[in-house]
Amino acid sequence: MHNPQLNKDGELIHLLSVEGLPQRILTQILDTAASFMEVSAREVKKVPLLRGKSVFNLFFENSTRTRTTFEIAAKRLSADVINLDINKSSASKGETLLDTIDNLCAMHANLFVVRHASSGAPYLIAEHLQRIGRDDVHVVNAGDGRHAHPTQGLLDMYTIRHYKKDFTQLRVAIVGDILHSRVARSDIHALTTLGVPEVRAIGPETLLPKHLDKLGVHVFHDMNEGLKDVDVIIMLRLQNERMTGALLPSAGEYFRHYGLTPQKLALAKPDAIVMHPGPMNRGVEIHSAVADGSQAVILPQVTFGIAVRMAVMSIVAGN
Amino acid sequence: MNIVIENGRVIDPKNGVDRSNASLYIAAGKIAGLGQAPAGFVADKVIDAAGCVVCPGLIDLGARLNSIEAELAAAVAGGVTSVVVPPDADPPLDEPELADRLVHRGEEIGKARVLPLGALTLGLKGERLAELAGLKKAGCVAFSQANKPVIDTEALLRAMEYAATFDFAVWLQPQDYWLSRNGIAHEGEVASRLGLAGIPVAAETIAIATIVQLVRDTGCRVHLTRISSAAGMALIQRAQHDGLPVTCDVGVHHLLLTENDIGFFNPHARFCPPLRAQNDRLALSTAAVSGLAAICSDHTPVGADDKLLPFGEAKPGATGLEVLLPLTLKWAETAKVALSDAVARITCGPAGILGLDSGHLALGAAADVCIFDPQATWQLTPEALKSRGKNSPWQGYMMTGQVRSTLVGGRVVFSR
Repeated sequence: MHNPQLNKDGELIHLLSVEGLPQRILTQILDTAASFMEVSAREVKKVPLLRGKSVFNLFFENSTRTRTTFEIAAKRLSADVINLDINKSSASKGETLLDTIDNLCAMHANLFVVRHASSGAPYLIAEHLQRIGRDDVHVVNAGDGRHAHPTQGLLDMYTIRHYKKDFTQLRVAIVGDILHSRVARSDIHALTTLGVPEVRAIGPETLLPKHLDKLGVHVFHDMNEGLKDVDVIIMLRLQNERMTGALLPSAGEYFRHYGLTPQKLALAKPDAIVMHPGPMNRGVEIHSAVADGSQAVILPQVTFGIAVRMAVMSIVAGN
Repeated sequence: MNIVIENGRVIDPKNGVDRSNASLYIAAGKIAGLGQAPAGFVADKVIDAAGCVVCPGLIDLGARLNSIEAELAAAVAGGVTSVVVPPDADPPLDEPELADRLVHRGEEIGKARVLPLGALTLGLKGERLAELAGLKKAGCVAFSQANKPVIDTEALLRAMEYAATFDFAVWLQPQDYWLSRNGIAHEGEVASRLGLAGIPVAAETIAIATIVQLVRDTGCRVHLTRISSAAGMALIQRAQHDGLPVTCDVGVHHLLLTENDIGFFNPHARFCPPLRAQNDRLALSTAAVSGLAAICSDHTPVGADDKLLPFGEAKPGATGLEVLLPLTLKWAETAKVALSDAVARITCGPAGILGLDSGHLALGAAADVCIFDPQATWQLTPEALKSRGKNSPWQGYMMTGQVRSTLVGGRVVFSR
């Protein structure tokens, strides 16, 4: 099957999902991001790689953090950034997703950063661009439904590499609501592609997708067992609406079983790092003492996120 | 008008006929002879069917006729001479006058025969019974909820009791409302990978188990439509083994495609019920091979705008009337099914489910005939289809098997 993310030379032209990308491309993105870390430390935090190009932030779903970091990243690459909050504009007037894309292409967009509530929406856009012959316009997925959040996955990999250096000796645990998490799916594909020998998923059966083992993941229901001797813990956000159905009885019971407390963290390796894609629910999935503790690398994740997004945008727009 | 169809391979599965180079004689709209002309027969029209198969017209157990003229033209272009129409039109077919109008419109157009399914409940809401006897009188062949479940089990029980009183058949697509309402794809590996909300197999098996139990209690004749899973098929086989009056069908796409065909969120691979796993597909195929299940097109025309959407927002379904024959032939080839058995699943098999004396070519039967070239290939393109529904996972693919002529009641209603 043709992978719409790659051109015929195997170069990245859109970033839609981590799945299906070869290790060399993931490493290329991480290496490029490393070179951009230095830019953010400068007094003049800019490079001219995307000068004259227009980046459209198309957010069909609300987000503050992701949109802001994409905006900062695009500006540091000297691009013109246009933020579109679609909830409040065309979609409410009945314009279809692809009509919106056609209109923005007519405004000479070069790159779309797309967040959408439906899994697969960025694929629809990328395929449409190919159909209308606009191979000069690129798409970066900033989160689609439950499917993928590839830049978050990549910044998580950047963070792990920064602290742990080598992927091939690690045990990584992902904890919480994996069923509804696009971050978890992107992390799983990135970790397995980069050669992490043991990826664990920890959560109650109601929050785990079926056949998770087929993605190369070991499933644990008991957090005490699952955290034993891990090097990296990725906590996932538990959304409040999960508590209203039959998935979970209460936030309190969830925290008792799957909340990361100092006691549970002690089961992991002494130098284990704790990650979280944000925004955190303190006291629901993570204890404040852990979130603010010495093993947490949650704020560095955000900083790395800017460099990773600069890397992704410069690579896809350069190909 | 007297017609003779010459030089074809006549396949009439119900009567065990498979004869090469045979002539089929038609007089006064009925089959008048096979091999030998009836006494005094003078042909007004000769159709040369050399290289072609001559078989009963196809009977499609499920086709939505959103724009009736175009879709009935599509039917006969696909060799389909009778279409069973589910009641989920706009408005739903829940009043005798609506059924009456549909039947008359079908007769006016004069292509394929229209066999409507009346709504089992008013507005297909699953609450109050529609006027079943009145609908029957207006021409409805059975009663159905299309793909809308009856959520209230008591309402389902009463509907089946009432239908059993008059010996009406009830057609149900087994899908538990609660387990399917939020889902958009088979709850399996692909849905997990792509982050699509899943519909578990249990949505189908729970509904079948409930319906079969109610058949046991009420004696109501039930036809289960569009079965999608191996476990569902096993339950139906057991019910038949127990002697219960339960039949079933599968959509032809489910015989050929699986969840893997969703690929990168292809909205044309979204179906109701969803495409399931490979073992499910194989079980459906086995059921079709054995004759446990009939095959239908589940023709669902969907406009381009309703498919050019993210997977979960796209409308489910595919165009089917003009691909029922080539896809059934494709299935027969991969499943190593004899041509006459494959033809049976789309002719006399469905007729048996409907309780109609049709779908065969015995002397005196209505001359509903399909003449097709089993070797002819054609490309599925929007232009190649007469249906308004161009939505197909096979767009751009080559199809093998093409209809040359279609006769309904001894009239040539299509030829190419």
